Parts: sequence; C-alpha cells; structure tokens
Amino acid sequence: MSVNSAHKSGFGATLWDWLTTVDHKKIGILYLAAGAFFFLLGGLEALIIRIQLISPQNDFISAGLYNEMITMHGTTMIFFAATPLLFGLMNYIMPLQIGARDVAFPFLNSLGFWLFFFGGIMLNLSWFTGAPDAGWTNYAPLSLQSPGHGVDFYVMGLQLSGAGTLMSGINFIVTIVLMRAPGMTYMRMPLFTWTTFVTSILVLFAFPALTVGLFLMMFDRMFGTAFFDVALGGNSIIWQHLFWIFGHPEVYILILPAFGVFSEILPTFSKKRLFGYTAMVFATFLIAFLGFMVWAHHMFTVGLGPVANSIFAVATMAIAVPTGIKIFNWLFTLWGGSITINSAMLWTLAFIPSFTIGGMTGVMLASSVADYQYHDSYFVVGHFHYVIVGGVVFALLAAMHYWWPKMFGRYLHEGMGKLAFWTFFIGFHLTFFIQHFLGLMGMPRRYWVFLEDQGLDAGNLISTIGAFFMTFGVLVFVINIFYTWKKGEKAPGDAWGTGRTLEWATASPPIHFNFKQMPLVRGLDPLWIEKMEGNNKMTPAEPMDEIHMPNGSILPLIMTIGFFIASYGFIYQVDHKAWLIAVYVGMAIGMGCMLIRSLRDDHGYHISKEEVEREGD
Amino acid sequence: MSHHDHSIDPKNLTQDPSKATMEGKHKFLGLWIFLGGETVLFACLFGTYLALKDSTAGGPSTHDLYGLELVFLMTVLLLTSSLTSVYAIYHMKNNDFKKMQLWMGITAALGLAFLGFEIYEFAHYIHDYGFTFRSSAFGSAFYALVGFHGGHVVFGLSWIITLMVRNAKRGLNLYNAPKYNTFALYWHFIDVVWVFIFTVVYLMGMVS
Ligand code: HEM
Ligand SMILES: [Cu+2]
Repeated sequence: MSVNSAHKSGFGATLWDWLTTVDHKKIGILYLAAGAFFFLLGGLEALIIRIQLISPQNDFISAGLYNEMITMHGTTMIFFAATPLLFGLMNYIMPLQIGARDVAFPFLNSLGFWLFFFGGIMLNLSWFTGAPDAGWTNYAPLSLQSPGHGVDFYVMGLQLSGAGTLMSGINFIVTIVLMRAPGMTYMRMPLFTWTTFVTSILVLFAFPALTVGLFLMMFDRMFGTAFFDVALGGNSIIWQHLFWIFGHPEVYILILPAFGVFSEILPTFSKKRLFGYTAMVFATFLIAFLGFMVWAHHMFTVGLGPVANSIFAVATMAIAVPTGIKIFNWLFTLWGGSITINSAMLWTLAFIPSFTIGGMTGVMLASSVADYQYHDSYFVVGHFHYVIVGGVVFALLAAMHYWWPKMFGRYLHEGMGKLAFWTFFIGFHLTFFIQHFLGLMGMPRRYWVFLEDQGLDAGNLISTIGAFFMTFGVLVFVINIFYTWKKGEKAPGDAWGTGRTLEWATASPPIHFNFKQMPLVRGLDPLWIEKMEGNNKMTPAEPMDEIHMPNGSILPLIMTIGFFIASYGFIYQVDHKAWLIAVYVGMAIGMGCMLIRSLRDDHGYHISKEEVEREGD
Repeated sequence: MSHHDHSIDPKNLTQDPSKATMEGKHKFLGLWIFLGGETVLFACLFGTYLALKDSTAGGPSTHDLYGLELVFLMTVLLLTSSLTSVYAIYHMKNNDFKKMQLWMGITAALGLAFLGFEIYEFAHYIHDYGFTFRSSAFGSAFYALVGFHGGHVVFGLSWIITLMVRNAKRGLNLYNAPKYNTFALYWHFIDVVWVFIFTVVYLMGMVS
C-alpha cells in the first residue's frame, strides 16, 4: 500500500503513483484536471441551453431535457467546476506560499479529492437514466415530485462530494495554523493564503447545512419521511433555508479565493506591494462574516414578512462596503506601478469592471421590494453570471496563466492567451449584459421557450452569439494547453522575475518535498525582500537534514468506491430491495478501509540528508 | 526535525504524549475544527426539529411520548461516561496505560448502556404508539435529531473499541496517544449535544 514510486517508471507505475498520491501538488493537479473536465461538460450544457433559446418557440431540445440541462449546468458549474478548480489551486499553491512541505493531513487530502471526483461522476451518470430536473437549487416540493431517480443522483452525488470538500477545508485550516515556516506570522501571509484560510472557515460552517438538507431530502425521497411533505405537517421552506444557509456562503467560497488570486497577480505585475494589505485581510473577514447573515435574500418572495426582508436587505447591501474597499485597493496597487500587461493581467484588469457591474446589480437585487420584480427573471441570471464568470472564471483563467509555469515548468503561449481572452471577454459581455434587459422586460428564468414578438427575439439571439464567442475562447485555451505541453517555453523558478511570495522561491515545478530547507521569513513578500537585499534565494531557517514524508495510499480511492457503491444501493433500493446488498457491500468496503487505516501504523518514510542535498532546485 | 522512535520511556517523559509530535498537534486541532462543523450540523437539525415539533398530523405528540425517568437515566449514563473519559486522559498524561485502558473501557461500557436504552426507547415508541419516522413531520424530525446523535454514539463506540483492541498489547506511545485524546474530545462533544437534546427535546417537550 505504501509507495514511493519516484524512481519507478512506466505507465502502470505512473498511474499507480497518481491513484495513491498524497502529495498536495499532485492532488492539486488532479483537482484541476477533474474540474476542467466538468467545466467543459457544464459549458456544453450551457451552449445547448443557449441554442434552445436562440429563437422564439424553438424546439431544439424537449422541455424535459431542457429542465435537465439547466439543472445539470448549474449544479456542475458550482459544485464540480468552480469549487474544485479553486481547491486545486489552493492545494497546489497555499502550502508553497507558507513554506510548508505538505498539508496537515495528506491522507485526508487524497480522500477529499476522490470523494469530490466520484460525486461528480455519480451526478453525471444520471444522464444515462434521467438527470435531475428540479434546478440546481432543487426546491421542494418540485424535487420531491420529480419522477425517476434524477434528483436522487443529485442528492447522493452532492453528499459524497460535500464530504470531500469539508475534509479539504479542515485540512487547509490546520495547515495554515500549524505549518507556517519560521517567521511567517499571520500578517505576513500572502493574500491567497489568507483567502484560502477564510474560505476554509466558510466551508466548515456552510457545508454541514447542505449535508443536513441533503439527508432530509434523501429520507423524504427514499424512505418516506415527511420533512417537506405538507400533508403530514412538513414544511418545504425548510429546504430553502438549509439550502441557502449553505448556498449563499458558497458564492463567497467561490469569490474570496478569486480575490486572493488577483491580490497576488496585481503586485507581481505592478512591481509594487499590495496596497492596503491590512485592510484587505480585514475586508476578507468582514465579507465572510456578512456572507453568513444574508441567506434569506434568496427568499424575499417566500413571505418571510417585511421585517425579516428589511434586515436581510440591509445586511446584504452592507457587503458592498468591504468589497468596495478591495476594489479600490486593487486600483491603488496599479496606481503608479510599473505595469506589465500579459494574459494573466488582462484577465485581472477585465475582472475589475465586470465584477463591479455584478456587484451593482447585486445591490439592486438586495432591495427587497424591487426584488419582487426581478425575482426568477433573466435579470438574476445576468447578475450572477457577472459575478461568477466575471469574478470566479476570470480569476481561474488569470491564475492558470500566472501559476502555470510554476506548476508545469512551461509558460502558456501568450498569443493564444490573448486571443482566448479577447474572444471570451467580448462573448461574456454579449451573452450576459443583455440578459439584464431581457429580465426587466419580463423574460422568466428557467423557461424552455419564449414567445414571438414580445421584444425578446433580438436579445436572445445576441446572447447566444456571445455564448459561441466564449466557447471559441475556451477552445483556444484548451489548444494552448496542449501546445504548451509539447512546445511551451521553459520557465525558471521565479518565472516572472518579479515574484514576491515563497512559491517563486522553489523550482518550477517544485521538488516533491517543496523546500530543501524551511525558508526564514523576514516580512511580507519574503522573496522580494531577499531580492532587494541582493540574495537570489531565501535564507534557510534550519540546517540541512533528513525529511519526513507521508506514504502514499490506495485506501482513499477504495474507500470512496465503497461509498460510491453504497450510494447507488440507496438510490435503487426504492425499486427493489435486493439493491440493499449494494448498500451493505459498499459500506463494508468503506468502513473496512477505515478499519485498515486505523489498525495499521503508518509512520511515513524519510528522505536522507544526502538525497535532499543531491536533488537540484 | 525528525527522530522517529515512537515508543516512549515513561521515566523521562513529563509532557502530554498526545501533543508531543507534530502529528498529534495536527490531529487535536483538526478535531476541534471538525467539531465546529458538527455544531452547524446539529444546529440545523435542532432548527428543523423546532420548526416541526408540533406538526404531529394527528399522531402522537411530545406529551404522549416522552417519559422523564428513562431520559434522566440516559443522561446520567452519558454524562458519567464523559467524566470517566477524563480520568482516562488523566492517566494517559501520567503514562499509565493500564489505567487509561480501564477507564476508557468503563467509558465504552457506559456508552453502550446509553445506546441500549436509546434503542429501547425507539422500540417502545414504535411498538406501543406506532410512532415512526414516517408518522408525521414531527416523527421525522425527532428521529432525525435524536438518531443522528445516536449515530454519533455508535461511531464513537466503534472508534474507542477499535483503539483499545488495537493497542491492548502495544502500550502507550507517541503514535497512539493523540488518537485517544481526539476520541475523548469527540466524546465530550457528543455529551454536550445530548445536554441540548435533553433540554430542547425532552424537557421542553414535556413542559410546553
Ligand atoms: C461561460 C459560459 C456560460 C454560459 C453561456 C451560461 C449560460 C447559462 C444559462 C443559459 C443558464 C440558464 C438560465 C435559465 O434559463 O434559467 C444558466 C444558468 C446557471 N448558470 Fe450558467 N453559463 C455559463 C457559465 C456558468 C458558470 C461558470 C457558472 C458557475 C460557476 C454558472 C452557473 C450557473 C447557475 C448556478 C445557473 C442557474 C441554473 C438554474 O437556474 O437552476 N454558469 N447559465
Ligand atoms: Cu446570496
């Protein structure tokens, strides 16, 4: 079970290495690869939706399939594309930024990845038998009445992946609290590490609410309980509360790391330290805190009453203040800087106005009275895509260009990077800007067709054209990846020459134990400090010594497969009790792995001092 | 940084063996943080219960069902088991493995007794009142909240029994001490949740 196949080669050995890895960098890459795969799936679904809406009363796909498309698009994008892509970045970059050799619980890290991945696979297998069709918000009672097993796949898929996400969150918190290099005080941590930290706290407090909601939904659908069943005294609004107590923080789980990414890129390419570092940290906490207090702004029209609506409206609007602080700090970072414009910077610069528009429509939506007009109209679709695409997706693409040379040792091609940027950027605004007006003109969200001659034709056509532009941009980016893989220009450790944080003090890509010697951190932007003093590398904080590393393990994968089988059993035991066998067998595999894990002592292994010295950096 | 003989010599060890290694510290903090998430989990279940406790759909209500004697006994058992786990950890810190195992054993026995009564309680409701988790929204919410707690007890018991069997012949070392310590922390949490269940479910259910 324990492997150290660094010295083996061949396809089998490589595959085994990836399946058993507990290295945070490899797990980061696994997250990125899986997240990218789901992003392409979700993108394809978006394109199909937009083709259906290209003209009035179109019948490109059936109404039922359309419902499945919007449900799967939203669910896939949020849970299996945006979140894991960010977790991939965090996994790869954060430990490097704090000067750690790994995360606190490497085994758990791998388990978290596999749970997420198999959750996504489970959700998408539903395409073969009927996908969920109650929207990504899965509101009861609609979700309870949805026939077939689509919604059950949603429930079990999200439950599996949610457990994985929670594990990663806990892991990141402990890593940041306990594994910072000597001298790396809290107020010297890079902003991306800070946002990883705060995001993890949000994950910790938000995901259990989803867990509970999914359990109740599972019991209602599979075991005949009555949580949401009004006939037996149930209350379907409980689902909405639980969903949004999770769901609103989730959008901050997405956007805070995005803020972290921009806060790294701007100083690097402006050759200035981040303006207002302390205010940025403070604003991050404030946004996270307020993010928990505002979930009911999704429920203004449910009938909570004017008092509740007003409180949630004001709390929501308050978030604009710390967010505004951030926007201004980014602008002041640029101010007077010596600015380099490359692909990473283009995405960053484009983010600022795009996200600001999304923020402004957000404040409009937060006005509870006005929301009676906007609610469930295309205005909402326009709003959240400005935030999620203009914020999170732009950040992911910026981060890819910025950290690609660190992760893979080669630069992405600049020309293709710029082409992808401009087409996607133009397409994005074409697609979503006009949706605000479609919404104001009365076009509802999630409708399969719209009628002729109501003034909605041109707007929908433009929106769909924009979606094709975006698709083109994404394809160019994919080609760029393959091109770079084969022919990309090689990158040194400090790939941009103006790196400020610790990840740039390692080789590109870093050796598997990250740092030969723990670096000594002497201030904010530690690498920059050393460079200014004429040292070309970090001062070590410890003598050269042997290094303790964790063993790889296949258990997380097998454990996940066990729970995956059990989930299938839960879904189908409704049809035939024989499926309970799958529940028992799957659980036995999962628990058996847990038992093996606790019965075997696993002390890890050591890299000898000589070997540490030998490995080049 | 690393000299990895995990056995300890009781004579020259004065500190807490559960936090002597990096791994031990990680585990301890990790469990605390995990409990933060568990708090939200139970808060949501409590909220659901409070929202649905009067939705009996014509079936049995809290007044018909709950009886103080049984719940009181269960509470005493669980609270005592928390206390005995404190003794166990006390002996762990003094490197007295035998006594630690003994007190952990008592903790597990008390936990098992608690679980037995809980199963009896559920069976009683089902057989004598026909009150199941399908009877009404109240039934669903009751079994979800109390059942989740019971599930945590089952998990905790499997955990500590595995630990005790596993280490019976090995004695205390820096590798397993953190595991006992995190178990104890988890067990206290289960206890605290029960105190809330006792108050919010049973006491309030009988008074109001
Ligand atoms: C980049 C190209 C994208 C396009 C063209 C696109 C298009 C669409 C369309 C047409 C809808 C359906 C609106 C409706 O009829 O209600 C939709 C919904 C949605 N999209 Fe996207 N989208 C894109 C990217 C994303 C991304 C990156 C995310 C999240 C990370 C996302 C999250 C959502 C969500 C949550 C919904 C709501 C689904 C629902 O109403 O249940 N989208 N999108
Ligand atoms: Cu919200």
